[in-house]
Parts: sequence; C-alpha cells; structure tokens
Amino acid sequence: MSVTAKPRLRGLVGDSSPRSDAPPKTQGTFLYASDLARDGMLHGATVRSPHPHARIVRVDASAARAMPGVRAVLTNEDLPTHELFGLMKKDQPVLARSVVRYVGEPVALVAADDPEVARLAARAVVVEYEKLPAVTDPVAALQARAPQIHSQGNVIEDVRVVHGDADARADVVVEGEYEVGMQDQAALGPEAGLAIPDPDGGVTLHIATQWLHEDLGQIAPCLGLPREKVRLVLAGVGGAFGAREDVTLQIHLCLLALATKKPVRMVYGREESFHGHVHRHPARMWYAHGAKRDGTLVFVRATIVLDGGGYASSSPAVVANAGCFGAGPYRVPNAVIHSVGAYTNNPPTGAMRGFGAVQTCFAYEAQMDKLAAALRMDPIELRAKNALVDGDQIVTSQPVEGSEPVANLIRRCAALPMPAAAGDNALALPGGVGNITHGEGVRRGTGLAVGFKNVCYSHGFDDFSTARVRLVRERGQAVAYVLTAASEVGQGIVLVCEQIARTALGVQKVVVETPSTQIDSAGSSSASRQTWMTGGAVLATCNEVREELDRRAKARGRRLDEVDIAELLDEAIERVVKHRHRPTEERDPLTQNRGHVAFLFAAHRATVDVDVETGLVKVVQVATTQDVGRAINPAAVVGQLEGGIAQGLGLAVMEELILRDGQLRNASFTDYLLPTMLDMPPVICDLVEHPHPDAPYGAKGVGEPPTISSTPAIVAAIRAATGRELNRVPVRPDDIVFGTVARSGWRIGAGEDPRRAAQA
Amino acid sequence: MRVKLSVNGGEYLVEARDHDSLLTVLRDQVGLVGSKNACEQGECGSCSVLMDGELVCACLVLAGSAAGRDLRTIESLGTGASMHPVQQAFVDAGAVQCGFCTPGFVISTVALLRANPEPSDGEIREALAGNICRCTGYGKILEAVHRAAGQHA
Repeated sequence: MSVTAKPRLRGLVGDSSPRSDAPPKTQGTFLYASDLARDGMLHGATVRSPHPHARIVRVDASAARAMPGVRAVLTNEDLPTHELFGLMKKDQPVLARSVVRYVGEPVALVAADDPEVARLAARAVVVEYEKLPAVTDPVAALQARAPQIHSQGNVIEDVRVVHGDADARADVVVEGEYEVGMQDQAALGPEAGLAIPDPDGGVTLHIATQWLHEDLGQIAPCLGLPREKVRLVLAGVGGAFGAREDVTLQIHLCLLALATKKPVRMVYGREESFHGHVHRHPARMWYAHGAKRDGTLVFVRATIVLDGGGYASSSPAVVANAGCFGAGPYRVPNAVIHSVGAYTNNPPTGAMRGFGAVQTCFAYEAQMDKLAAALRMDPIELRAKNALVDGDQIVTSQPVEGSEPVANLIRRCAALPMPAAAGDNALALPGGVGNITHGEGVRRGTGLAVGFKNVCYSHGFDDFSTARVRLVRERGQAVAYVLTAASEVGQGIVLVCEQIARTALGVQKVVVETPSTQIDSAGSSSASRQTWMTGGAVLATCNEVREELDRRAKARGRRLDEVDIAELLDEAIERVVKHRHRPTEERDPLTQNRGHVAFLFAAHRATVDVDVETGLVKVVQVATTQDVGRAINPAAVVGQLEGGIAQGLGLAVMEELILRDGQLRNASFTDYLLPTMLDMPPVICDLVEHPHPDAPYGAKGVGEPPTISSTPAIVAAIRAATGRELNRVPVRPDDIVFGTVARSGWRIGAGEDPRRAAQA
Repeated sequence: MRVKLSVNGGEYLVEARDHDSLLTVLRDQVGLVGSKNACEQGECGSCSVLMDGELVCACLVLAGSAAGRDLRTIESLGTGASMHPVQQAFVDAGAVQCGFCTPGFVISTVALLRANPEPSDGEIREALAGNICRCTGYGKILEAVHRAAGQHA
C-alpha cells in the first residue's frame, strides 16, 4: 500500500484560473441564443405600439396573413388564455388587449419563412388606435387627478422607512433635489431564443435569460400548459445586467411554435431591443441631511420617486431597495425615507445592476459632500466618522455583520496611488482625438464615494438554489459533473462552480453542465447572489459527496486524503442539495426589520479632467476598495469590478435614454453612448477579503457594488473640478458650461409623501 | 442575386437580396455565426471581419460588394485545441466574460498587431475604440492585447 503525494490541483478557490468557456468564445464557436438554428425553422417578428397610451379600436391582420411565406399572425384574440404575466405583479398582457400603455408594447406576432418577410408582414398588420392622455411625469402620475394607467391606480409600490425620531433636529442641515436619467443595460447580445414544439403538445425553449424557472412560471400559464410540458434550456447569454430578468419574447416564441408546429426563432434588432426590455428606473429625489457640529449624522430624510413605466416589472423591489439603502452606509439614528414607484406611460423599468441602490447613492453621496462643505470638514473624514461597522444598524434597524468596517474601505481607497498629472498629450485630454483643447480650459478634480446594497433576495422571499453533483470514473480518472439551473450571463458562475467543486472534492476535472429546467431552480443571476447561493449549493452538495467518499475510503481501511479518489468510484456518487440562505423578515409598515441576508460595501475614488469651456469630461482614473469576502477567482473579481465601474462611468457622463412624450429618441448604439476603450480609464482594484460566515468560503457577491458608488465618485470629481452643483446624472456638457441645475417642477419636502406634491 | 464569396479560403455561392449585408449572409447563408449581430450599424465592432486584409464591420458591407474579395472571419483563426496567439491571450488575461464582443475584438486585435506589432496603451485604445464591450471595462482586454503583442515579438 503506497502513499503517493497528490499533484496540486489547478483552479482551486483563490486561483485566477482561466474560464473554461473562454476558448470557444474567442473562437466564435460558442453558440448564443441568436446563433441557434433548426432546419425548417420560422422567424418571428413583433408588432409594437407607436403610442404611449391608446385604446385599440381594431386590429386587422388579413393583409399580413395573406402574404406569401407568412405562417401565422397572432393577436390578443388568438391567445390560448388571457393570463397576465410579470416578474412581481401579473399586470402585463402577452399581447395588448384593449389598451396600450407604452411605446413598444407588443400588439401582434408574426411567423414567416424568412426574417425579412416576418418584418414586412408585421408592418402590414393594421392597428387602429384612439389616443388617450399620456402621463410621462412620474410625480404627476402620483397626484390625485392623474389619468389612471391601471385600474388599481398609479402607485406600484410605496415604502416608508421610519427609524428613530422622525422629528429630530440638527445643528447643520443641507438639502438637495436630485435626478437620475434612464440608463439601459445595453447587453451586446440581443434578446433571442428558439422554440421547438414537442410531440406531447408541449414546447422546448432555448433562451438567453437570467432565471429559467421564473420564466417557466410565467410562460406556462400564459400558454395554458402544465409546467411539465414547457422545457427551458439556457442558450448562450450575451450579457444581461438585469435586462433578462423579465420575460420579453419567451411567451411569444412558444406561442408561434405551438401555432405553427414548427421551430421558431426570434432575434431582436438593436432598436427593438431598446423597446423590448426594461430599463433602469429614472429617479427624482429630495434629500435633507442633518448633523451635529462635530459631523455626527443626526438624521436623513428623503423622498424618492421612481418612474416604473407602463408595467410593474421588478419595481416593488427596486422601490424597497431605494428605501432601505437610501441613507447610505452610515450610522443614521433618525430617518424618514419615503420611496414610491409610479406607473407612467414611459417604457417599463425594472432590474439593472445596483437595483435601487444606484439612484439613491448618487443623491446621498452628493449630500455628504454638501454636508462636509457646510461643516468645513474633509469629506473623507466625515464619511469615515459616520461609516458603519459590524453591529451598527442601518436605517431598517438591521445590524451589519461579517463586513470590513466601512471606514477602512474609505481610507484604503483614498490612499490608493493617484494618477500622474495631466501631460501635454492632447489625445489624453477631454475630447481626445477631436483635439479640441490644448489644455487651457482643463481643470482636474478628484472625488470619493461609498455605497452599499444587499446580496441575495430579501423580505421573506424563499430564496434557494439547487445543485446536482455526479462523481464518476472515466478512463481511470475521477470526473465531477455539476448541474445547476444558474444562468451564466458572463459574470463567471461557471468558473465559481468549477473552482468550488474542485476545491471541495479534490478532483481536477469538473464539468459544469448546461443549465435547464430538468433540475430545480437556482434562482436568478441577479442581486449579486449566484456565488453565495449556487456556489453555496455546489459546496453543500460536494460536501455530501465527500462524506460518501470518506465512508468508502474508511471501508477500505484508508484515509480519504491518501487514496486516489478514482479508486473509490466503482459506483458513481450522485447527490442533489437544495441550499437556502438564512430566512429574512418580511417588510412591516415602517420597514424596521431584518429584511436582508447581508450587505455589500465598496468605495470609489475618481479623478477627472474637465474642459470647462466645452463641458467635456475625461475620466483619468478610478480607484476602488471593495469588501469581496473572499475572491474565488481574483482575476474574475477584478473583471466584475472594472466592468461595473464602466457602467457607473456611463451613467455619470454618457448614458441616457432620452424620452419625449413617452417616445424613446435614441434607441441605437449611435445615439445611446456606451463607454469605449478610450472613455474607460485605468482602474486600481483593491480587494479586501473579509469573509462572511454564511457565504461559501466567505465569498460575497461582487457584481453590483462597482456600479453603485462609481457614479457619484465621478460626479464629485467633476464638481471638484468645476464648482458646479451637478444634481443630475448623466452630467451633460451644458450642466458644466452653463451650470444648469435640474428641477423637477415639484415642491416636495424631504421625507414627505410625493402623492401630495405642489407644483413649484 | 447570386453572389460568389471567398470566405476563409473556401468558395460559397449564395443567394442574397440587394440590401443584404455581408453579416446577414455570413450568418444565415454561409452558416458562420462567429461574427456577431449586436448593433447592425457599425457602432460596436462585434461583426468585425477582414476583407482583403482590411478590418471592416460586416454589417456595413453589402453582400454584393464583398464578392470576389478575400474574407477572413473569426473562424479562420484557431479552432478547437489550436488557439491563435491572440485568442490564447484573451483567455489567459481573463478578457472574456459574456464573450459576445470577443470575436470582434480578436479580429480587430489581429489587424492591429499586423499593422503595429508593439502598440502602446494609447495606440491600443485608439485602434480598438470601435469595439464595444459591455462586461469587462476593457482593462483585461488591454492586458490581452499586450500579451498577444509580446507573443508576436
């Protein structure tokens, strides 16, 4: 009986090993949803509303139906059921019935032999509308006499957080009104899928989504089919960022496949994608901060109005997040935060990275700088003085646990190396190759911000993930097959599962199988939760497999660490574990509860050069310190941080969907500006590993914090460079050159109910 | 109209409409889906291919005008276990997340390094500014290009 030293495994927890899906992605052989094809498949197209609010008088599809190559045209009358769908409220018809509530709402569907014929046929569907008054100002939508968009009124969700003394008084008070424009997730992969009718009358849908089982739960009732007859398989996902949490074309595809008894593919073009998925909620916020003369925070009061658009999507949770995290990562003994989501006739809004925490962080961090100025204090010291440490309560009364003291993140971030002074390279100045300045009007500024949010689902939601691990011997080698339904959307959950399974089992070869509904739910790839939840499920399952290995080794009179695992696999081992995080409490009327699993914190420092003559901004550097718990794969973590910061930079200075009377004015990559490699500066990432006791290997989610405080850090830097107020993002050249200040036109006291607003 | 395309050294006779883009024909008729359809108006570079050695967005080239030209798509580089050095550099640097932009970035990097085997940070940013990545924030892509440049040297 020989004991051989085992070779060290490659790709364990903590290693920056390369992704297994990267080689096919670099070779163009990885198949995304829009790449899928079947012989004889048809192509779907969607007829959409051109009006923000209108009654449908008549739909005439006869001309479209008569076109050669057209196989089906479906309107509301052809639907098998009149079930509604929706992520958190079932308020959306599969195809508009009598009313359209936003520009782009689906009204009819076409399937044809050819994608172009399908598009032409969609154009040939005649829809006669009678226009209704549209409400596109979310504050106006909340007032008593506003036109009602849904029968139950225009309030989607109303969350009040009342903590301590609502009437607390302070030595120094600063107030401000803030606005966040509508950002788009702009995942590069368009919405796409392939539906294949099954012989049993059901359907198989290959789809790019963030959550297979949630889609299933919405699709099946709308088709009038039992869940067992609808099968979902994850297709390659070209980015998500929240835009794939909602059902877009899923039900439409299945309907067309069932109606034609043929495989049907749909792929949105970019313009249709902008109309077809939800966006980040635009926000209007009124804030008041009070502090003692020594800088100790006394109160935060805020009123937050989020524009939910025509349908609810995930607005209820976004509104709750805005309320819960609206005072920032500080000790705030007294708070009143009133957060309301409004139905309007704008495009629906829902999940995007940061989810309610992004909007308020822009406001409360601007307020902290304003407060520091009023107190004549260093803004970093003011933050550090009030920053949360374990045991402190956030304004929902929930204590922080398992986190690095936030003041440490702030101080470490502030101390990271600064960029070199602006040189004489004109290309590096604002405007870049446009070469519009030689530096005469260029001012440099630096700003810092800190933010936080929850990880996993909150407020009593039954949040779980399921993993199956099958350990087998193949050609004398142990191989672990890991199956979950977790969507790999680019974030790296496949890598996380591989590295956890390898580490927990001590097996080099780990194969992560294609996610599908043949296993129970993994929950969504959102809320920064997959590492915690599916990583946790894989770890728990591997631990059970390991127990069996241990038993088998003992039966041979050996210790597990001295045998080749493959020797123990005459019979394969298979385990399935459903993993839940600790229960959270439901929301109560004053939102004083332990509603969240844990919190994620990060700090960002930005340095900018601003040409005050043209209003152009060049972000020179972003530095970040983030408590990641444990970096399962440090390179992948840095990739998440840098990518999230790029989206934060976009919101700060570039990205906005422009709306006029409910119409999107810039639904293209020509007009909706995304950061390019020239816009993105070098990023310094400082990872703090303060493990959380409940998370696998202590690893917290990392995806969202980079997008939360990077935006306010950049805007603080622009304020430092220009002295402008800049109460709105994205910051536009006019705001810098002319000092334009955004005003909602409504007078609302911070913390008051926005349903009783006065016009200013 | 019938169009004769030379793609990755092979000849393809395809039926195309006058207004079909090279991208549409490559994806739907030739069956090469490595070139991606993200914006379809030349803003994101996801459909980058080489036409007679020149970097173009396949979505902005009419299929008819590509006839008789030497077309090289992502599929002409490494396949399977044989990785092109630029592909390997993207894998090793962690420059791939969702990967939808990756084929375009790889092709654009190949074109860049042919013209400029040792590019500076500024030259890389300039050359790849026509490719949009929504996931990575570009840091790892910059690193990948430097790695690949090192390999060429």
